[in-house]
Amino acid sequence: MIHIKRLQEDGADVIALIGEIDASSSIELDLSIAKSVGEGFKKILVDCSALEYISSAGLGVFMSYIEEFKDRNIKMVLFGMSDKVANTFSILGLNELLQIGKDKSQAKQLINEV
Amino acid sequence: MRSKAISRILFSVGVITWLALLFTDISILLSSVNTIKPDLPVWLPGIILNLFIVSLFYYYKIKIERDEVLNFVDLLWRVFATGLIATVISLGLRLIEYLLGDTTLTRHIVFRDLVYIINLGLMIGFLMMAFAAWKRLILYQKSKWLLRLWAFFEIGLLISLVYNSFKFPLVEWLYGTLLGVFVVVGLVLSGNMKWVAFLNFRQKWTSLLLLLLTVFYLLYIFYTNSSLSESIGNSSPYFTEYRYHVFILSLIVFVTIYSIFSFLVILFNLPTTSVFEQKLEEVVNFQRISQSIQTEQSEESVYNILLETSVSSVFADAAWLEINSNAHEHKIFTYKITDKESYDIINHLKSQNVKGVLDQGSEKTKNLSKHLASLKGSRFRSILAFPIYVKGQNIGTLALLKELPESFNREMTKIVSTFSNQAGISIENFRLMEEALQNERYKEELKIAKMVQKSLLPTILEQDQDFDIAAFSESADEVGGDYYDTLRIDKHLISIIIADVSGKGTTAAFHMSQMKGIFHSLAQRDIEPSEFMVQANQALVYCLERGSFISATYFIINTQTKTIRYARAGHCPVLYYCADSRSSQYLKDKGVALGMVRNKTYSSFIQSNVFQYKPGDIMVLYTDGVTEAKDGKGEEFGYDRLLSIINEADGMSPSEIQNHLINKLYEFSGTSNIDDDYTTMIVKFK
Repeated sequence: MIHIKRLQEDGADVIALIGEIDASSSIELDLSIAKSVGEGFKKILVDCSALEYISSAGLGVFMSYIEEFKDRNIKMVLFGMSDKVANTFSILGLNELLQIGKDKSQAKQLINEV
Repeated sequence: MRSKAISRILFSVGVITWLALLFTDISILLSSVNTIKPDLPVWLPGIILNLFIVSLFYYYKIKIERDEVLNFVDLLWRVFATGLIATVISLGLRLIEYLLGDTTLTRHIVFRDLVYIINLGLMIGFLMMAFAAWKRLILYQKSKWLLRLWAFFEIGLLISLVYNSFKFPLVEWLYGTLLGVFVVVGLVLSGNMKWVAFLNFRQKWTSLLLLLLTVFYLLYIFYTNSSLSESIGNSSPYFTEYRYHVFILSLIVFVTIYSIFSFLVILFNLPTTSVFEQKLEEVVNFQRISQSIQTEQSEESVYNILLETSVSSVFADAAWLEINSNAHEHKIFTYKITDKESYDIINHLKSQNVKGVLDQGSEKTKNLSKHLASLKGSRFRSILAFPIYVKGQNIGTLALLKELPESFNREMTKIVSTFSNQAGISIENFRLMEEALQNERYKEELKIAKMVQKSLLPTILEQDQDFDIAAFSESADEVGGDYYDTLRIDKHLISIIIADVSGKGTTAAFHMSQMKGIFHSLAQRDIEPSEFMVQANQALVYCLERGSFISATYFIINTQTKTIRYARAGHCPVLYYCADSRSSQYLKDKGVALGMVRNKTYSSFIQSNVFQYKPGDIMVLYTDGVTEAKDGKGEEFGYDRLLSIINEADGMSPSEIQNHLINKLYEFSGTSNIDDDYTTMIVKFK
């Protein structure tokens, strides 16, 4: 089960993920990112501090946006991951492809870099 | 067959008793007229008459009561036919008498008695026939009470025969009492006319005619018999007089009363027949709608049945059924109205801003007739619309139309409302059944996918003198995407792969088979593991859909140089046990899963690694199902537990290590009901 909250901060869309992302809840993650993109946000922050688990399907959602974001010049930074979740990202090599910050302030720094 | 034989015997008994009655009666009568003492006792004809009555009684009982196929009109027809035959014979006798003229023969007492006995036999036959038929009609919808009353009537009548057989002078008063009781009971029984309601209009007319003629026959036969018995009675009192016979008199009264009652009831029922027929049709229609779920092949036929039944139940001139499959798609089924006309009305009502059911906004059924009055060019003046709900969701509207204004009444509204509710239920059931079928199909598909997946895994692994190898794979109910394989490149080179396809189900099995194809084509030659991954990625980019990826680790073991080259593409890090240091560690290095980077830059995200192996070293390959296995509290098995288990495994063979690991895993999760795929591959070097 996943609970997704969205709020806007300094022109960035902050998507907070609370709970676990598995094959079925990954659809919700996909929908909320798509919604954020649809609303025209160029900066997307994903708050993973309350994310307990993410399955390969959930990782696939992040992965699927990488190229699109590059083409459309949209920046996405994930932050606040627990070690376990961070490990899942790094095993798949997604840490190489996604921008991941330690905390919110670092994430904001990353996203504001040119 | 048996009842047929019995009815034949009874009929012959009837004929014989009638002949006996004829001879005894004539002989006694003749003796009495000639004032000789008769040879036969005077009570004998009475007893023979009763025997005749009893045999006819049972004859018709068997003939009429046992016949299951007779309907009401058939019964009336039988009675009518019997009456007709009796009357024709009786009239024939009169004709003969008339042709013979006023001669000594016709005046002779024997001739008159012969005619009388023939007429008496005909009358009794006719009465018994009618009695049996009326019994069936009266008992059509029986209650306990009615059955008891009838039994009393029938048995009472039969017992009265005994009374008639012997003339008890002492109980003369009994005669009047008995007759009175039978007449009253007969009257009460005659009140049972339920069968009349089940006749349709045509049958009622036929019945009226048959009954009218039956009554005429009865009256004619009564008249003939009574005049004959009077004329004989003037000559001598010693003959079989029926006019004091309780049984025959009761029967005459009962049969006549019931015939007249039936005639009148049917006559007065005629004007309301159409109402009853309509009710009956409603019941039949309702049944049709209810049954449509079992028999109909599509929702469309349910809609058509709803349309037909509603129209026929309320005598609508036209109707349409608008179904909204989704927000934009409308489908319209029409009856005696063109699509254009329907849409004209729909649009008209929309433009009038009628908040009725047509705009799907209201839950109530509404009579929208007043809004039709303002639509020019439409022949319809009354409209009644109903919403159709499936699982609480409005899926469409049924509209019924009439050309006359104000022609839908409250009754009709109720009926059609019931129909549309039932149709809603039918459609809901239909959809549920379809869903169940879909699920069944999906399950079947999964079964096939699982079989495919199983067949993709190798049954035999590559063997070598330099190492032992064991592999194990177990998948959950759903099809997973774990894959492992080995392939010998040449004498000293063996390639090994372990991979995990993201997602589950048939697509996972499909991607797994692609991975297998890629492995078997690329691992033919000795290429750098990183190059293997780059090429595999390139191949997979075109087949993997958005969001899907495959994690894999590819190894090439060189037994000549004792080296292992490998590249890890997002797969779980290899656990390596070093025999020298008696410790194990995860080989952490960089590598992005296949399908994540879909351009030429992928080569910068993958690297080849190389290390030496020594005898006793153990290499553990696994998928995330192992490390992510959870116990009852939701804690994961994790990397540390896996590492400590391998540390204990010194001295064990690969298959022993594997069994040990699997046991520990099940022990940890506390259930054999796994919800992910576990795959392990263990290589131990010699």
